[in-house]
Amino acid sequence: MALPNYASPLERIWHYTYLVICALIFLFLIAPILVVIPLSFNAEPYFTFTPKMLALDPEGYSLRWYDKLLTFGMIDPDAPRDLAWWADVWENSKWVNAAKNSFIIGIFATILATGFGTLAALGLSRPEMPFRRAIMAILISPMIVPIIITATGLFFFYSKIQISHWGIPYLGIILAHATLGIPFVIITVTATLVGFDHSLNRAAANLGADPRTTFFRVTMPLILPGVISGALFAFVTSFDEVVVVLFVGALDEQTIPRQMWNGIREQISPAILAVATILVIVSIALLTTVELLRRRSERLRGVSPR
Amino acid sequence: MKKILILSTAIAGLAAVAASAEEINVMSWGGAYTKSQVEAYGKPFTKETGIKVNWIDADNPATPIKAQVEAGNVSIDVADVEYSDAVRLCDEGLLEEIDHAMLPPAPDGTPAEEDFIPGALTDCGVANIVWSTVVAYNKENVDGAPQSIADFFDTEKFPGKRGLRKSAKANLEMALMADGVPADQVYDLLNTPEGVERAFRKLDTIKDDIVWWEAGAQPPQLLADGEVVMSTAYNGRIFNAAVSEGQPLEIMWDGQILDFDLFVIPKGAPNKENAMKFVAFATDTKRLADQASWISYGPARKSSSALVGKFMDGKTDMGPHMPTAPENMKNALVNDYEFWVDHDAELNERFNAWLAQ
Amino acid sequence: MTKELPADPHVAVVATAGGVEDGPLTMADGTSLKSAMARAQFRARLRAFLLVLPLLAFVVITFIMPIGELLKRSVYSPNFHDNMPNLVAWFAKHPPGTEPDESAYAALVADLRLLKKTKKAGLVGTRVNYELPGSRSLFTKGARKAKKLEPPYREALLKLDPKWGDPALWQVMRAAASPYTMNFYLAALDLKRDPSGKIVPVEENRRIYKMLFARTLALSLLITFLTLILAYPIAHLLATLPLSKSNLLMILVLLPFWTSLLVRTTSWMVLLQSQGVINDALVALGIIGDDGRIQMMYNKTGTVIAMTHILLPFMVLPLYSVMRTINPSYVRAARNLGATSWTAFRRIYFPQTVPGIGAGALLVFILAVGYYITPALVGGSDGTLISNLIAFHIQKSLNWSLAAALAALLLTGILILYWLYDKLVGIDNLKLG
Repeated sequence: MALPNYASPLERIWHYTYLVICALIFLFLIAPILVVIPLSFNAEPYFTFTPKMLALDPEGYSLRWYDKLLTFGMIDPDAPRDLAWWADVWENSKWVNAAKNSFIIGIFATILATGFGTLAALGLSRPEMPFRRAIMAILISPMIVPIIITATGLFFFYSKIQISHWGIPYLGIILAHATLGIPFVIITVTATLVGFDHSLNRAAANLGADPRTTFFRVTMPLILPGVISGALFAFVTSFDEVVVVLFVGALDEQTIPRQMWNGIREQISPAILAVATILVIVSIALLTTVELLRRRSERLRGVSPR
Repeated sequence: MKKILILSTAIAGLAAVAASAEEINVMSWGGAYTKSQVEAYGKPFTKETGIKVNWIDADNPATPIKAQVEAGNVSIDVADVEYSDAVRLCDEGLLEEIDHAMLPPAPDGTPAEEDFIPGALTDCGVANIVWSTVVAYNKENVDGAPQSIADFFDTEKFPGKRGLRKSAKANLEMALMADGVPADQVYDLLNTPEGVERAFRKLDTIKDDIVWWEAGAQPPQLLADGEVVMSTAYNGRIFNAAVSEGQPLEIMWDGQILDFDLFVIPKGAPNKENAMKFVAFATDTKRLADQASWISYGPARKSSSALVGKFMDGKTDMGPHMPTAPENMKNALVNDYEFWVDHDAELNERFNAWLAQ
Repeated sequence: MTKELPADPHVAVVATAGGVEDGPLTMADGTSLKSAMARAQFRARLRAFLLVLPLLAFVVITFIMPIGELLKRSVYSPNFHDNMPNLVAWFAKHPPGTEPDESAYAALVADLRLLKKTKKAGLVGTRVNYELPGSRSLFTKGARKAKKLEPPYREALLKLDPKWGDPALWQVMRAAASPYTMNFYLAALDLKRDPSGKIVPVEENRRIYKMLFARTLALSLLITFLTLILAYPIAHLLATLPLSKSNLLMILVLLPFWTSLLVRTTSWMVLLQSQGVINDALVALGIIGDDGRIQMMYNKTGTVIAMTHILLPFMVLPLYSVMRTINPSYVRAARNLGATSWTAFRRIYFPQTVPGIGAGALLVFILAVGYYITPALVGGSDGTLISNLIAFHIQKSLNWSLAAALAALLLTGILILYWLYDKLVGIDNLKLG
């Protein structure tokens, strides 16, 4: 983006203006996410920077809202912090329970979505796949159809089949989240398979490997990065999803986003910002993982990065 | 295949854990109110019976209850609902009937039927509190003090945003009272199309200045944050924010609207027996009196009144903070449940169309 | 696929040495090569299909069937039909247009008595109330007092409430007697049937859905436009910078993309509140007075700002991937040939980015039209969209059939756009990150 040396002064001015504009847009993108981080350490129950915070006075900052995440919902939050206290946190803290539920739902939904999705992506990327485009359109549609419509449909469907009476906790949400995660798995895995060199499979077959061995020893290691990033996408989708949970989740099936939703609507306290901060850190970690996987995949497939 | 086996055992294990202990799910209004119920009813109940009580919050428990029963998917055992909703849901066959004979008598032996305030017992519900919708304001953001319900609708005299509950109930009554209708004529007028028109016209005058709230915990928050200068609110929430959190909030009692909250049991509740036990336990003389020391709502039993003393902080006298205190009752309206039983659906529909326009 | 044939002994191609001279090529077992190929191909197709089948079945059960249930709900509302057997039978016997006579009123009273027993008066009343507001209490009151009514029932009922003689009521009851109805679609478009059965608009003060559809459309277009304006410069910058630098800047786009929707909405609430960061900063800088704080939340402004931010990465990414492939030498050539930088951009660069604009705009628009969470939290009453009304009817008013009809209309719109997207961009080209 270097400026050519034949640029006129006017173009120079425009060029720098342009860079400033871009900087502002980047600021717009990132600032809202970063602003919650310092505010979550606010010692006061407000959502603005107190004078003490601006003066970088340590007294203006505290971990009280993070502490609140542990103690909210506990039977006896003021007891001495021994083993029993932590057991109480684990059993009764609303946020901890929400986190547990989110993980259980997320993990099972991811397993379902990744398993079915990878298998299907293998089929879809075969050149002889019939009705490829139509089937692809159906499989991707959970991502396109507004979540409110999906949730409404599920609400009717689940109450018709009485899924909550089947005795399997979270089943309805897990199935729904798996469905929502499937498009991401399909997209990432087929993207990996596009660059996949099919002669490798043939070579393996020629060398006497049965299809099973070929799959696990040759195909799988090569598409694994795509599968993992698809799985991560599926997990994040489930982990972040609130509408389906609101519509079809039993009332005691609280997840982190649902707990946040309740909190935001009711009494938006800086504790919400503490959760938000933790989630931002989680997403940075996930983003890094996906980026590393992408690079690894490109290296493995011998595609040079663009 | 092995993986699937492991998965299904894991899921079955989860199910077993969820079903093992005896428990009931009680749905209430959240925030300071649910907290008072946890302290006064829930904890002693668990101590005495060993039955765990799970508290679930809702903006207005009547709606999820109705949805659950109609969808055939009931997970709530006890719900705390407003009077008109208790009657309406009972009429629609969505609630279990409650035998009044199972309610414990007062300590002096007066049977429950006579001990409860007249009207506090219905076929399907047992009242626990008397509460009211009031106008509250933030002393720091209002010049002077609003004196009457008319001041709430006067944005010239008291500039700033107003908080109102996102439903027709209470708003229409307040609008009429602010428009000069005496409390005892409000419902007669609302029964006519002109009365409804007049109420909406009055609401129109402040429509652009309204921030709508849905959960009872919102108004104290909106007032404390300065997002609104005045708001309608449940009186107990304001009391708690003012007394235990030290917020500069004040209640204006003029034009308050009194109502009961009742415990009901949805039809098909998974733990009906224990739910009945809970309702009987929670509405005995002592528990009702105990609740009043956690939040400023009046107990629904006459015998409890004598036991109401001080707030949990040990120094605030609860008496003057009760909606039923004589000095607070000068211009008060008692919610006409029959009116709302009949008109709730259509007035809310009208209200929502008005809101969206 | 021939290359996989050796793996399958049954279709081994026979070398024709000493084989049939003329006539079609055959396999070892004598079948013609053509049919063997077809079979092999069929088997390969089947194998590919079988790989996809489990997922397809899964999606059909967990997604397509629920959508089907939703569509059914939008035309199916059995509460009246199931609980008013006598009147339903009367309607079946007498053709439309028949004046309700004493036998009709007798059937009605019998049903009202039944309702008292089954406690379904509220349900039936609610069903009728959907189409004739103000009639719910008619049924609940009627059921309460039905026991005491004595023949002639017509007079008795009319004395109870003259509304029972209203032809509009009888028209609605006749319509409700069938469990299937298109009336919820009418209601979702602010229409209704008048007593003669003609389709007319509802009263002015009850019209909301058309306006909400229009608002949803308008706000989504606005948001799409804003994301385009904001995404174009930075996508261009990212595409023209050297890779090491652009990868670094790309994080600024991808981090919001990966961050929880609720976190981003929360952040905007913190920023936009009247006591929030932006207003505080403006007051501190002396730009506005303490009493002149700008209302940016609980209205359209809040919805637009927050949604633009949330959907921006969905515009940047497709634009970026198209711009990356544009050869910079074209623009340079244009400049060499004497075009100003503006002309070069307008005539050479911009046209090449149009596919990216199309892809991004469609994607953002599709996502915006169905948004629920953000408008629900920051939208107040004039910043809410059609999806908020759907949620309202599911969770609050419990008019599920109307919710289903609204959802079905929205779905139709989305599917058209989706089809368009597939035609223009191709869903296989959807990329993430």
